[in-house]
Amino acid sequence: MSEQYLKAYDEHRFVSSLPWLNSIRASAKQQFSQVGFPTQIEEEWRYTNLAILNKTLFLPAVLDNNFLETECLQQHILPDVWSMVLVDGHFNAALSNLAGLPDNTLVMSMQEALVQHPEKIEAYFSQAVSEEESGLIAFNNSWFMDGVFCYVPANCQLEKPLQIIHVSTQANTMANTRHIIALDVSAQAEIIETFIGVDEHYACVAVSEIFLADNAQLTAYKMQSESDKAFHFGGLYIKQARDSQFIHHNFAFGGRVARTDVHTDLGQAASCDLNGLYIGASRQHIDNHTRIEHNQPHAVSKELYKGLLDERARAVFQGRVLVAEQAQKTDSNMYNRNLLLSDKAEIDTKPQLEIYADDVKCAHGVTVGQLDEKLIAYLQARCIDEATAKNMLTFAFANEMVEKVNNKALYKQILAKVLEKFPQKGIEADWL
Amino acid sequence: MLSIKNLHVSVGDKAILKGINLTINAGEVHAIMGPNGAGKSTLSHVLSGKSGYTITEGSVTYKGQDLLALAPEIRAREGVFLAFQYPLEIPGVSNIYLLKAALNAMRQHQGLPEVDAMDFLTLVKDKIKLLEMDQSFLYRSVNEGFSGGEKKRNEILQAAILEPSLCVLDETDSGLDIDALKIVSAGVNSLRSADRAFLMITHYQRLLDYIKPDIVHVLADGKIVKSGGAELALELEEKGYNWVEEQAA
Repeated sequence: MSEQYLKAYDEHRFVSSLPWLNSIRASAKQQFSQVGFPTQIEEEWRYTNLAILNKTLFLPAVLDNNFLETECLQQHILPDVWSMVLVDGHFNAALSNLAGLPDNTLVMSMQEALVQHPEKIEAYFSQAVSEEESGLIAFNNSWFMDGVFCYVPANCQLEKPLQIIHVSTQANTMANTRHIIALDVSAQAEIIETFIGVDEHYACVAVSEIFLADNAQLTAYKMQSESDKAFHFGGLYIKQARDSQFIHHNFAFGGRVARTDVHTDLGQAASCDLNGLYIGASRQHIDNHTRIEHNQPHAVSKELYKGLLDERARAVFQGRVLVAEQAQKTDSNMYNRNLLLSDKAEIDTKPQLEIYADDVKCAHGVTVGQLDEKLIAYLQARCIDEATAKNMLTFAFANEMVEKVNNKALYKQILAKVLEKFPQKGIEADWL
Repeated sequence: MLSIKNLHVSVGDKAILKGINLTINAGEVHAIMGPNGAGKSTLSHVLSGKSGYTITEGSVTYKGQDLLALAPEIRAREGVFLAFQYPLEIPGVSNIYLLKAALNAMRQHQGLPEVDAMDFLTLVKDKIKLLEMDQSFLYRSVNEGFSGGEKKRNEILQAAILEPSLCVLDETDSGLDIDALKIVSAGVNSLRSADRAFLMITHYQRLLDYIKPDIVHVLADGKIVKSGGAELALELEEKGYNWVEEQAA
């Protein structure tokens, strides 16, 4: 299948006056022509079949400046944010709002950044993930169209979140984007990335490289609400310097085949908090991969991913924690909890710990199961019948992750989606 | 209100209750005391309808109905409330959501319309004051991260909202410090009324200093071996359970 893509994408030339970029693109193309899209032979892709990319040849989505604001987009843009809207992978300035950013903070499209600040992009590009990571990264390196560049200077705290909204509007096309997000020393920011699209077959590939300098703090939310016919790949590759903090909330609700990679490399005493909630139904396939590298001492990583799968949905969780020999005093835990709501639903879960240091605290656990009988009995003792109790507890299983969202507006948006899937009678949103 | 006749209960092959006879009238407060393993908690579980117990003999009549034939949630809706010894944590379900869902299930059973949102809020805010709980408790997940005392108060809050006819308090005093015990007891005492009965199961006499029982029963080896007035509890405190067990033997 990769030959078709090579041919189709080769015709689609990305001209750049930057020799370093042309060389990255050329090398990545070479890499992609050798490895193609990932296959199940690769350990990291063992449970996920990308045949969807074969069934449809997703052509590069062309820039459509006539795209008008839709109701769907309006629903997803949060109040009180700086927003950047990418329509089919291309930045749309008219739909975005970046007014009032602090001085020296740079937020712009990747295309603009390559013109205005090529030296900055060059310094960061491919530093957090290389083309060898997978065929998808090589593909993205070679053919990314646009994306977001965000740089927050030292000691600056962004007072509003930056929301990046990916909207796919054209059937049988692919939006292929690249972001670079860099927080300088002691900078602080919140970034919300939202993925939506029309009810069509399309593909969205979004790769982000994130750089957190010493003591920087980033809270990032991913709201993946793609069409149930779409292919989604989102890769987040983070370099965390000393004392930096990264908090991630990954909500994976959409897509026919959806995969998210979150890989972080922790500096000394850095911390990461990875939260995930995936909800699948019909024939959805939702794959989440995390890789946490403890290469320095005293770093802390906490991870909790929860999944609810109904009908014939299938999910994959692979979580790897690597603790290098010098990473003493590592404190790490990783949990994956799943609720299977039908006999045909499936979860392949694989937590992996590789520890080479001897003075560490590491825990991990996986559960795949049904609702807790004791909780059902407790609710029955409070007048609630079994069916209602089960419904409440199913909702609660998901809501535990939604409750962790501190941004009020985003919380309500995600809660509404969860309530759509597991309706609760007589509930008032601000009670939850 | 409640009439237990010759109740025999076993778990698996093991007989736990071996012929309980107990009559509780509206307005009365009964205390059941006894050593560990006497079957105190089993009695409360059987009344609330917890699964895993086999009734081998006897009957329980509540307000003229065969209580044992009712599903657990129907018993609760009919006004039998069990305050759990170990209240469970329900992450993701807020207290207020549970309270409203429970109250509406009960009202529906009684043929009443759903509670008005404003009336409900007024009611709940009124009751949490009674239990000296902060309003923020309402919006937290049920019992999650609560201290032992907070969990027990929360159980009594649920009772205060549901206004049951029969309150079974299963070791509500265990693990409480004096301050928490006073608050919980005050909550229980405020619920006492002529048409409501209480069955308190406890290991310690201390609770009875705060909630005065009308009748005290001693349960040992699956049977009620002695019943008496409030003074029986004091005698037990002084002489220990061996005294009644020996008397019974």
